[in-house]
Amino acid sequence: MKLKNWALLLAFGLILSVLAACGGGSSEKPSDNAGKGTEGTATEGENVLNFVNGDTIPSMDPSLATDEYGFQFLGTTMEGLYRLGENAQIQEGIAIDHTVSDDGLTWTFNLREDAKWSNGDPVTANDFVYAWQRAVNPDTGSEYGPYMMNGVIKNATAISTGEAPVEDLGVKADGDYTLVVELENPTAYFESLTTFGTFLPLNQKFVEEQGDKFATSSDTLLANGPFILKDWESTSNSWNLVKNDDYWDADTVQLDKMTYEVVKKPQTGVDLYEAGTVDRAPLSSDLVDQYATHEDYTVEPQTAMYFLKMNETRNEALANTNIRAAISRAFDKEAIVNEILNNGSLVANGILPSDFSRMPEDSPEAGTDFREVNGDLVTYDVDAALEYWNKGLEELGTDAVELELLGDDGESAKVMGEYLSNQLSTTLPGLTVTLKNVPFKQRLDLDSNMDYDLLISGWGPDYLDPYTFLNLFLTDGDNNKMGYSNPKYDELINATTTELATDNAARYENFLEAEKVLFEDAAIAPIYQKAVAQLVSPKVQGVIVNPFGATYEYKWASVGSAE
Amino acid sequence: MFRYILQRLFYMLITLFIIATVTFFMMKMLPGSPLSAEDKLSEEQKAIVLEKYGLNDPVPVQYLRYMGGLVKGDLGVSFAFDNTPVTKILMDRMGPSLQLGFQSLLIGSFIGIILGLIAAVFRNGAIDYTSTIIAVLGSSIPNFVFAGILQYVFAVRLEWFPVALWGGFEYSILPTIALMIFPMATAARFIRTEMVDVLNSNFILTARAKGISEVGVVFKHGLRNGLIPLITVIGPMAVSMMTGSMVIEQIFAIPGIGEQFVTSVTLNDYPTIMGTTLLFAFLFVVIILIIDLLYGLIDPRIRVSGGNS
Repeated sequence: MKLKNWALLLAFGLILSVLAACGGGSSEKPSDNAGKGTEGTATEGENVLNFVNGDTIPSMDPSLATDEYGFQFLGTTMEGLYRLGENAQIQEGIAIDHTVSDDGLTWTFNLREDAKWSNGDPVTANDFVYAWQRAVNPDTGSEYGPYMMNGVIKNATAISTGEAPVEDLGVKADGDYTLVVELENPTAYFESLTTFGTFLPLNQKFVEEQGDKFATSSDTLLANGPFILKDWESTSNSWNLVKNDDYWDADTVQLDKMTYEVVKKPQTGVDLYEAGTVDRAPLSSDLVDQYATHEDYTVEPQTAMYFLKMNETRNEALANTNIRAAISRAFDKEAIVNEILNNGSLVANGILPSDFSRMPEDSPEAGTDFREVNGDLVTYDVDAALEYWNKGLEELGTDAVELELLGDDGESAKVMGEYLSNQLSTTLPGLTVTLKNVPFKQRLDLDSNMDYDLLISGWGPDYLDPYTFLNLFLTDGDNNKMGYSNPKYDELINATTTELATDNAARYENFLEAEKVLFEDAAIAPIYQKAVAQLVSPKVQGVIVNPFGATYEYKWASVGSAE
Repeated sequence: MFRYILQRLFYMLITLFIIATVTFFMMKMLPGSPLSAEDKLSEEQKAIVLEKYGLNDPVPVQYLRYMGGLVKGDLGVSFAFDNTPVTKILMDRMGPSLQLGFQSLLIGSFIGIILGLIAAVFRNGAIDYTSTIIAVLGSSIPNFVFAGILQYVFAVRLEWFPVALWGGFEYSILPTIALMIFPMATAARFIRTEMVDVLNSNFILTARAKGISEVGVVFKHGLRNGLIPLITVIGPMAVSMMTGSMVIEQIFAIPGIGEQFVTSVTLNDYPTIMGTTLLFAFLFVVIILIIDLLYGLIDPRIRVSGGNS
């Protein structure tokens, strides 16, 4: 017995030393493989780019995808009716062109006949019918399907609430290559909606064959776009995109392959960039100082807007327009973008981002940026803030106001909250701001229950039209949740989807007017427009940054010289 | 012995049952829903989607449904990774964490034991102080600091190892070193303290008097007794090492389970939270059992079944 015990102990010790030896022994040769991920570039004539991705891809199912990465890789591997090109110009996709009926309600798309799925099946009108029906079918459990289609496609709302059969959806195939879409209201921006992930086609036979396994790995996916996703499972931390030779426009596609590795820490991404393993690395604000002078440093403006919501229902002070006007002028936005964010973000003085929406062709300012036309609607101005503040306090008959500022626990959210509460309480005498930081999910809860005074909120556009921002503040809108209501504002915005729906110039006049009303009422206090600072290798050429949907467009990308 | 193990397995089941129950109800108190676009949806639409996943039912009903599945070995389907079974997530993510945990625990405690032994044998000498300093530094400096330094020096500057990512064995070296510091320091401290005690006890004197060589005394009589307290702490430590470290996994971009666990909590991915918690709990109780059995192996005085009566 005793001997046996010793033998065991000895064996244990042996395992230990063997493992220790392994650890020591193999440490001599790993540099052979240090360049993993760049191996593709070594092959003569192969055009390969290597990227990091901020997280895994949670879903490649167009009906279920809700996040940045899902839409990114859907956009790269699939193609809908149209595709966004440079400057968000609509480019041919599966649809060659379309006609719109005079009432703006019926859109007839002519589809190309040479588009194929990666299993060889042709892409037909029925693929769109099936996909769109699936997206609004309550049995699918889609979040974005009803969000994007309700109120747009005929009968979508009734179907998504189970009150009508999916066959009633306003999308029909007329033969294999003609798609007829009936809309609920004339929708000026419908063309841009068709580029969005939720509107991608699906091969019915394939999806039904795969059942629950559909879109959980590369083997259970079909591509009809420029690239094919390889070596991917839903939990994968690395995957590849390879050129799809069966894509109808494969001649245009120059990249042979893109590799992706999930890297969540920006410092790690930068280290990999410096080691030459990846060709692009995002920078967090603490890394910007160190790399702002790097020759590959670039700032990429985006279209998400961040602003303070001011809840008019919980604290009587915030029901006062002068108080809100004071708050929206009382903090230094310049300091926020330069000191706290430090990544090229822009000061926001309106709710529409700059470089997002241009005035339509038949308007007097045709082609001018919406933001430029409407200018700065609310700026940092201490004197004006104090004037509004004193007027407001007088109206309220008080000299002290206590407000709670709610933020989440995101990267710079805490510092941002501290800064804002400090600025507000020092600029506005008698104002006490208490800061409350909660996890993101709880913030959403408190937001939808309107259980806050001030809230740091953000919004990214879902299609290419000012309506995606301005509908947020309609009376009782699903995302208003701050008790803002102005009949004039509602009238202006609602007219853009009803009587003015087919007159784009008039719609934009209404949008301009409505945005002014929004800030005359001081409904919200804009803070900044997001940008992303990154290191981008000169190898990465021709990548288009989209204002919504898939962040990057690689169809026209190429590999430049490394030096 | 066999009966004892059976009995312990029964208790393990009860423990797991209690953990599952408590976790389930605590998890349901988390704010928010698992919906990923909940800030964009109307209340009505939210309710429709939640209905589809059975999340509108009363919590006790959801609990019974979950436990029903659990008994059949069904951990459910993740909410965050659409249509992906939780078992698949656990299996995919457990590998790297297990490997790193195992490597760092074994190498770390092995080196730690050696350090502790040397320190005890040559106590109060230069070697002792050096080893003590290493041990104190190792247990007081957080491993992510080590990880950052290791990554910068050996990967970015010297380019001996890959900077990050997960590939072959060489990708595991730096994270293993970063992770092994803690078990190494712990082992060194425990072994030194205990060995100093043991080497001064009477039976060691007896052993020496019998003329056993010094090496024999230290390894055969000393170490065997000195190991007991270490084994007590090594169990929980082993579990925490094998269930992954979020920080280390993020620094080296490793697809491990520790990181996945934290992510699933922030996303309210209920099935994955339950799955990971239960997996960690299972590992814990199993390792505790192994440790209890090891006691007997190392020290016959604590033999569990009461000898072979």
